[in-house]
Amino acid sequence: MRNILKIAVRNLARFGRRTLLTSSLITLDIVGVLLFIAVAGSFKTIMIGQFTDSMLGHLEVHRKGYVASIDSLPLNLNMQPTMVGKVEQALKATDAVDAYSERIKLGAMFSNFTETTSIRISGIDPAKEIATVPLLPGRVIGDKRAGALLNPGEILIPELIARGLKVKAGDTVVLVATNRDGSVNGKTFSVAGVMQSASGPGGKDGYISIDDARALLRMKEAEVSEIAIRLKNPAQIEAVYAQLSKELSAIAGAGAGAGAGTGSADKSASAGKGGGSGLEVHTWAALSPFSNIANMIDLLAVFIKIMMVSIVLISVMNVMMMAVYERVREIGTISAIGTPPRRILALFITEGLLLGLGGAALGTLISLAAIYALNIWKITVKFGMQQAIVLSPAVSARDVVIIAALVAVMALLASLQPAWKASRMDPVTALGHV
Amino acid sequence: MALIRAEELVKTYRTGEVDVHAVRGVDFAIESKSFVVFVGPSGSGKTTLLNMIGCLDRPTGGKLAVVDTDVGTLDRPAAAEFRGKHIGFVFQDFNLIPVLTVYENIEYPLIMVQDWPEKKRREQVMRLLKAVGMSGQENKRPDQISGGQKQRVAVARALATDAKLVLADEPTANLDHDTAYHIIELMKKMRDEFGTTFVFSTHDPKIMGEAEVTFTLEDGRIQQPSPRPVAIHA
Repeated sequence: MRNILKIAVRNLARFGRRTLLTSSLITLDIVGVLLFIAVAGSFKTIMIGQFTDSMLGHLEVHRKGYVASIDSLPLNLNMQPTMVGKVEQALKATDAVDAYSERIKLGAMFSNFTETTSIRISGIDPAKEIATVPLLPGRVIGDKRAGALLNPGEILIPELIARGLKVKAGDTVVLVATNRDGSVNGKTFSVAGVMQSASGPGGKDGYISIDDARALLRMKEAEVSEIAIRLKNPAQIEAVYAQLSKELSAIAGAGAGAGAGTGSADKSASAGKGGGSGLEVHTWAALSPFSNIANMIDLLAVFIKIMMVSIVLISVMNVMMMAVYERVREIGTISAIGTPPRRILALFITEGLLLGLGGAALGTLISLAAIYALNIWKITVKFGMQQAIVLSPAVSARDVVIIAALVAVMALLASLQPAWKASRMDPVTALGHV
Repeated sequence: MALIRAEELVKTYRTGEVDVHAVRGVDFAIESKSFVVFVGPSGSGKTTLLNMIGCLDRPTGGKLAVVDTDVGTLDRPAAAEFRGKHIGFVFQDFNLIPVLTVYENIEYPLIMVQDWPEKKRREQVMRLLKAVGMSGQENKRPDQISGGQKQRVAVARALATDAKLVLADEPTANLDHDTAYHIIELMKKMRDEFGTTFVFSTHDPKIMGEAEVTFTLEDGRIQQPSPRPVAIHA
């Protein structure tokens, strides 16, 4: 094998310019792919982080059917206290869970006493919410006040409503909400701050404390619309999702019993909307349309890998076909003196592999250097309402190994046909080749 | 026992719609350790005959036994193995591998065709380098040596595996007369030193006389065997 390697290396060096051109092409190809994976991956991570860390959390638990009817924020699909207690037990027993936050979601009318508009409200426990979505305080516009993000009797209002109704921090406003039994209740709040939407202009989501929400809705029990969950490692989303789905489906039976006794509205929700009796877990991606952008980035990476594979395949095959064509007499000679066909095959395959692996090695080194440089230069991008998010391009060892393996496999496949042709060459015809 | 024996040996090629009768039923026998030449004009069938003896081509009729093997029955891999074991080749254009040094060219069949251990390889290559007068040139590439030196290296390569038979198709065609004569002398010396049978072809009348046995070919037939033609070279 050492000798085959030696001859292959020398043959590549013999046609130096062609070897250099082909390996440069493969090198550029690898650099393009790895840089794209690194930069796009960083952008994707930041983008996902903006949603999970400032609004959604990594996972959310709802009563079955709630998400399907989420536009109307149905109060009759809230989780009952017994159900919430069991979910909390399951979450506390899961090591991967870093924090969780119970929320009550409701639709309400927002009034500044002269104008009225609709608003979506999340009732939260501020400390638990910040632990679960740590970027939430960062969404508050203007000067940050000292102390708690949100006190009882206060409201954080969306920027859209603040501008439209000319409301600012310190103003008094009224929220009017329809309770589950159909009655209407109102409550005054002091504006604690104005918040940016996590996804750009257009959001109409405000925050009040969970106790205020319960008071506004005249809830007799500590019901919860959803539980947002933060994981210690976001890479574990799918695994924890699967584990919790399994565990919470077991809880559902007990919870269903509790839910069944809460009134006729609950029953009709279960029957009419096909849910309500159990629990379901959703990942952030299932709840946000922006997961499509993440999917699109992944799809682009796949297309770029396909292009890379095609370039490697075509360039190595082209060079190896030329190598065989130019060395027909040489092949005839080594065949005539008794070189077994399998060794001739190995010789040309080794040449093709070296060509691909050389380009891949150089491309990986250049890519890693470029990624290092990009991290030093600190490239910023604008996403959502964030003006300057610093990209942190990175590529995993797994990606590098996959790309190198892809190039190796493609180089192998590309040299297979020319090498096979060389190994099957008739020595008499080859020796007579001019 | 003859090293090579041909009986009614025939080779017919099909070129388009035409049958080309390259060899038309020849009979001959070549003894071990002999120095034999096939002579004849271009197209007389010399190369075809050498190709069949060298298991590069298969006869279309008759029988051909080389080293007690009916070579007409060998398939391609078996023929390659047979060549690697018993036959060395010297080509008109030297056909050295350009990316290998003189040493590596001689060593090539010991690595790629047979699996000799490194120490034994080194001893064999050094012995052959000395025998063909190329000691001290082992690190040169083929493009750094003359045509005569290339052919010396080619002879050494052909002998590397201790082949019983060396076939040389027009080995002197690309050499000037003096060099050609020296190559033939070298081949003869190698025959004496290693006991190898040398069979070569030529249409150069000055070289023919150096052989001990001459077969003259014309239109694919052997005209007259001659045990010892008169050497023209002085």
